Amino acid sequence: MSRFRHLISIDDLSKDDIEHILKKTDDFLEAAMGRERPRILEGRILVNLFFEPSTRTRMSFESAMKRLGGEVINLGSVEASSVAKGESLADTVRVVSGYGDCIVIRHYREGSARFASMVSEVPVINAGDGAGQHPTQTLLDLYTIRKEVGLRGLKIALVGDLKYSRTVHSLIKALTHFKAEILLVSPEALRLPEELRENGRFAECSLDYAVENADVLYVTRIQKERFPDEDEYRKVAGSYRITARMVRDSDVLIMHPLPRVDEIAYDVDSLPNAIYFRQAFYGVPVRMAILSEVML
Amino acid sequence: MNVLTISKIRDGTVIDHIPSGKALEVLKILGIKRGSRERVSMAMNVESQKMGRKDIVKVEGKFISEEELNRISLIAPEATINIIENFEIKRKFRVSIPESVEKLLRCPNMSCISNDNKEPATPIFRIEKTDNQVVAVCVYCGKKVYEIEEYLV
Repeated sequence: MSRFRHLISIDDLSKDDIEHILKKTDDFLEAAMGRERPRILEGRILVNLFFEPSTRTRMSFESAMKRLGGEVINLGSVEASSVAKGESLADTVRVVSGYGDCIVIRHYREGSARFASMVSEVPVINAGDGAGQHPTQTLLDLYTIRKEVGLRGLKIALVGDLKYSRTVHSLIKALTHFKAEILLVSPEALRLPEELRENGRFAECSLDYAVENADVLYVTRIQKERFPDEDEYRKVAGSYRITARMVRDSDVLIMHPLPRVDEIAYDVDSLPNAIYFRQAFYGVPVRMAILSEVML
Repeated sequence: MNVLTISKIRDGTVIDHIPSGKALEVLKILGIKRGSRERVSMAMNVESQKMGRKDIVKVEGKFISEEELNRISLIAPEATINIIENFEIKRKFRVSIPESVEKLLRCPNMSCISNDNKEPATPIFRIEKTDNQVVAVCVYCGKKVYEIEEYLV
């Protein structure tokens, strides 16, 4: 019996639901690496509806579905679909819900995934709705933390754009279930909004302090368009850049939702602290757990 | 002693204890606007022992369902309703906050799917009450609306 039919927002999940998915992910680790072949979704079809570009999310969903013996069909490019003819999202979802057993959707409108779940005949998984939610990213972030350092007694530093990053906002909400201590490292203009500090233990600190004291640095990109001029952006972004010299002698683990631009130097990649590529890989077993949860 | 500034009604609904200045929004919530045929009387800024000043709305000859009346609680949580039949109060009750409202508010988030004219996404808001404040939450994008009267459709 599934715990949830759709996965739209991390807020829809209880702590128990989250722990259930994380535990289930452990069972799929070997299969995600291709060492086991559980064909539990054989004969099922996943419909990928991506109205916006995606590499990791789309491909890891495809990989997860295929590793479980299922098949995947894609919307393809929006320009080549009936969306270009002006078809509504509601009609597209209604139609394609007849073509498969589950829909994964990424759309530029906030609330689009919730709306899709209201008109779809099959389960809907939100793979990002504009500036809204991206719950499978949050679950893979949590899984990475749990796997690499453990969620109990966690001290995590969030670095970069804490004002606009939806990844950070969803992660914060999920981390409050686990009573994590959250250090905030950001430029003044990109501080975490007050309303997101309601439940939890937060403290603002410098990047140096975070490297010394946190278990995990969760680094996000500082976007150029948030700044009035390029000089200001360069100055600010440069001061939040992680280099090998800064973290070589520390035990802090470095995570990043990717893609990175230059907020983590390439010389960090080979250090044992760098776990962001492993984090991206965990997207596969986490999505295997989610797909099997909603379809079985 | 206060002098009653509007006359009694024979059959209809009296909405009392509306916060001062909100009577027009109450009419809007009830769908009573220019061109409506109901006989409506309204008193604004009337003295009130409980509220200091209040508004009162009387609608004659229109049956208003309890569900519709409860929508008033979004802007007038203390409002009381008197159902009048043949000049007598047949029933009196206080509005209660509905769990959700449909087609009453529009989402302030312009990126929300409910603001896409192409989509049949009926605006639906979940209503929450926190420490004397009523908050409407868009079921699609999660946007919280505190200034409810500004977003009445």
